[in-house]
Amino acid sequence: MGTVAFLILFPFLAAIILAFMKRPGKARDITVYISCGLIVAAVVYLTVSVLSRGASFAYLTEARGLDSAVLVGEAVVMCVIFYYGFRYKRYYVVLLSAIQTIPIIWMELSGYSVEGRPRIAIDNLTIVMCLIVGVVGSLIGLYTVGYLKDYHRHHPEFPDRVPFFLSVLFLFLGAMFGLVLSASLSWMYFFWEITSLCSFLLIGYNRTPIAVRNSFRALWMNLLGGAGFAGAILYSTMVLQCATIRDLLSLGGGGRLVVIPAALLAFAALTKSAQLPFSGWLLGAMVAPTPSSALLHSATMVKAGVYLLIRLSPVLGGTMPGIMVVLVGGFTFFAASVLAIAQSDGKRVLAYSTISNLGLIAACAGVGTYESAWAAILLMIFHAVAKSLMFLSVGAVENCTGSRNIEDMHGLIVRLPRLAVVMIIGIFGMFLAPFGMLIAKWAALKSFVDSGDVLMMLFLAFGSGTTMFYWTKWLGKLIAVPHSSRPHPDTVHWDERIALGTLASLVVILCLLFPVISAYLVRPVLVEMFQTAALSVITSGDIPIMLLMMCMIVVVPIAARLLTLGKRNKPTLSYMAGVNEGDDCSFVDSFGEKKQMYLANWYFPDLFGEKKLWKPCLGIATAMLLILMVVSIGGVL
Amino acid sequence: MTVWMTVLRVVLFLVLAPFVGGLLAGFDRRITARLQGRQGPPFLQPFYDLAKLFNKQSLIVNRFQTFLIGGYILFTMFTGCLFFAGGDLLLVFFSTTLGETFFLMAAFSANSPFSSMGVQREMLQTMCTEPMLLLAPIGFYRVTGSFMVGDIVGTNMPLIVFLPGMFIGFLFILTIKLRKSPFDLSTSHHAHQEMVKGTTTDLTGNVYALVELAEWYEQVLLMAYIALFVLNRNPWSILAAVVVCLACYFFEILVDNVFPRVKWDKMLRSAWLVTLIFGGVNLLAIIFIRFIH
Repeated sequence: MGTVAFLILFPFLAAIILAFMKRPGKARDITVYISCGLIVAAVVYLTVSVLSRGASFAYLTEARGLDSAVLVGEAVVMCVIFYYGFRYKRYYVVLLSAIQTIPIIWMELSGYSVEGRPRIAIDNLTIVMCLIVGVVGSLIGLYTVGYLKDYHRHHPEFPDRVPFFLSVLFLFLGAMFGLVLSASLSWMYFFWEITSLCSFLLIGYNRTPIAVRNSFRALWMNLLGGAGFAGAILYSTMVLQCATIRDLLSLGGGGRLVVIPAALLAFAALTKSAQLPFSGWLLGAMVAPTPSSALLHSATMVKAGVYLLIRLSPVLGGTMPGIMVVLVGGFTFFAASVLAIAQSDGKRVLAYSTISNLGLIAACAGVGTYESAWAAILLMIFHAVAKSLMFLSVGAVENCTGSRNIEDMHGLIVRLPRLAVVMIIGIFGMFLAPFGMLIAKWAALKSFVDSGDVLMMLFLAFGSGTTMFYWTKWLGKLIAVPHSSRPHPDTVHWDERIALGTLASLVVILCLLFPVISAYLVRPVLVEMFQTAALSVITSGDIPIMLLMMCMIVVVPIAARLLTLGKRNKPTLSYMAGVNEGDDCSFVDSFGEKKQMYLANWYFPDLFGEKKLWKPCLGIATAMLLILMVVSIGGVL
Repeated sequence: MTVWMTVLRVVLFLVLAPFVGGLLAGFDRRITARLQGRQGPPFLQPFYDLAKLFNKQSLIVNRFQTFLIGGYILFTMFTGCLFFAGGDLLLVFFSTTLGETFFLMAAFSANSPFSSMGVQREMLQTMCTEPMLLLAPIGFYRVTGSFMVGDIVGTNMPLIVFLPGMFIGFLFILTIKLRKSPFDLSTSHHAHQEMVKGTTTDLTGNVYALVELAEWYEQVLLMAYIALFVLNRNPWSILAAVVVCLACYFFEILVDNVFPRVKWDKMLRSAWLVTLIFGGVNLLAIIFIRFIH
């Protein structure tokens, strides 16, 4: 219990301390390093102590005092949103915040709340989430220190608000710990609102008009989701007498009663994990410095949404809200992967890829079987690690070369070899066998095939083609070897390097460790959630083959040497129809003049561009969401 | 006993596949020549070509490329081994993608205009074939209840009876996979490619020989995939499978010689449409029939 309190409260404390450390310097850096270290240590301690005792725990069945504190906290969050809403004249935000917070406060004050239920609960899923938030989040924190120094040197036009940024970052981590450790719906809701607020503050970091616009878009979309959450709390407390998700689950999947809160919570989760039609806020979030994107996309925020869906997945299976989640998630998976093809901005490609992958996780949670939930949890783990690695390396490349456009990453393997290798590992981790994401996608596919959902199988089949396309062409840009280019000065700070190195190793290590993670972390919680015997999702014979593939990737360089052994190869320039100008970067044009060669990737803006597809996608997703919400709630009333 | 049989099958694949692939290539060149009113080279010409390539010195644009080609051939062979060992078709699919990615990276690393254009087209071709290559194992699974090649060939009926749509879809993408006209966009076996040799422009000598060899392995694998639609418990089905494979290959040669090359957007639209209609409807049908029973 002490560790739990530490995990929730310490980041808040660190946030307050950092908010007051206005002067840049060693003291502030060291405070961040120590805080990150302490968080990781606490998470590891919690993991070890829970796993060694091996069961789930529930705490704080009687905590009226803390309840009041949470209530005060909710009021404070509402006041902060009011403040920003009035200051920037965005009154719809004020309205959205008021209509959800005031009824909740009224409900608690008039004594409708259900007593004697635990506020805090820990099981293996909580542990998995804590590990993701703690480890990945802390590494992002470590990276931020070095990154922001360069960021403000490159962007003198933005005000230097580093203490604010660091403070919000830790606030965010604290809120995420609170969210995943809470059992009580109203506590979860409180932390849920804090994460919405934090993401709003981070996105608006630069205070430019576009940053302000995007941050308010993020805020209203998440507040709309929050309203759904609040509605779910009101209904489940006042009608169903349920205070925790566990209580809702115990009402049973087939039960008519649980459908309304399940639909509302699923709606909240879909907004939070940026599913269509609410993907706009996550795409807009990239105006902020890269660590905030990394945080939103991997360790926090969007993961809160899918976490809630996974928690709900036993009651989603086969019900209308479940069908809604599967359809919206599956459609988002496919649509976002298609939209990613037409993007050349590295961060935008990553944003679409996040949306797409979260769609898959959501769909898995919506299918609501043991198999699919297994896939969802593993996807979440692997995605958090690989995606944070990708974001951080794109940020580092941007700080070194001044561009995050994929076209400008041509020949990065020669210019910035270390960053290029890290990025290649990240891309491999995102879509290729035998790396993690693919193992989980495989399980996802199996669960869709078993559930007999043809639409999902088609989404996955076509979506995997498009996913391959946008990743491979990025990979190709990195790996091109132009002859005349020289190494670029590598200005990556040591703390950034540690973060990148650790995440890259994690991508590889997790692939080797995934059977262990599955057996000790994921399986027990699924057995508990679905009340079945443990099943092995990937056939046991396939795991050695995956490991063999891993070894082969390592062996390839040696094998390549052996295959061409004894042959003296002659270096030459690449073929340019005989008009090279002495290297492979320029050629003689039809006027007899030297011209620089430029190799571009294909983007198909006329076919897959946002201009063409964005609005239809929004339309389809909105229609699906609205119809299925109405059908699932209307079908019960 | 069964373990040894598996090992034997894998070894036979590794040893025999290049011969079968080379013979198919020879057969292809001869038939094509006859269709065009030429005499054509001897059947064994591809082997002479390969031997010559292996003995030639390579002109390499960078050492990295050699390594990536090594990855390509290794994973292509590995994929075949998995298949002939009776392994999981989804794993076969993932392994193919990995090998393919190595090939794409090799073409990218050359940093030449022709390789570069070729590789963009090659990626597009992969995007066209991927959905069907993933739907076919799903179809097999829904009918036989297993993704394992070993179980799929042990059924009572040839699977083409349940999966005719899948078969048509697969035949369609086979043209793209074999890089036959009208879909020989990324690189062509004929001399009328507008981008020199596309993806393989900057590969020469013994390194290029490895690519040829890998392609032969790949062809055998694709033919084996076709055979899965026919093979069943009846021993005669092996003969039927061989006949069907040869017929399909002959069909591809005909298509190659009859149709002119199309533009990329036509390939993408047609491949996805065929996959969606034939693959998707077939899948829907078998799940619906299962539902009724």
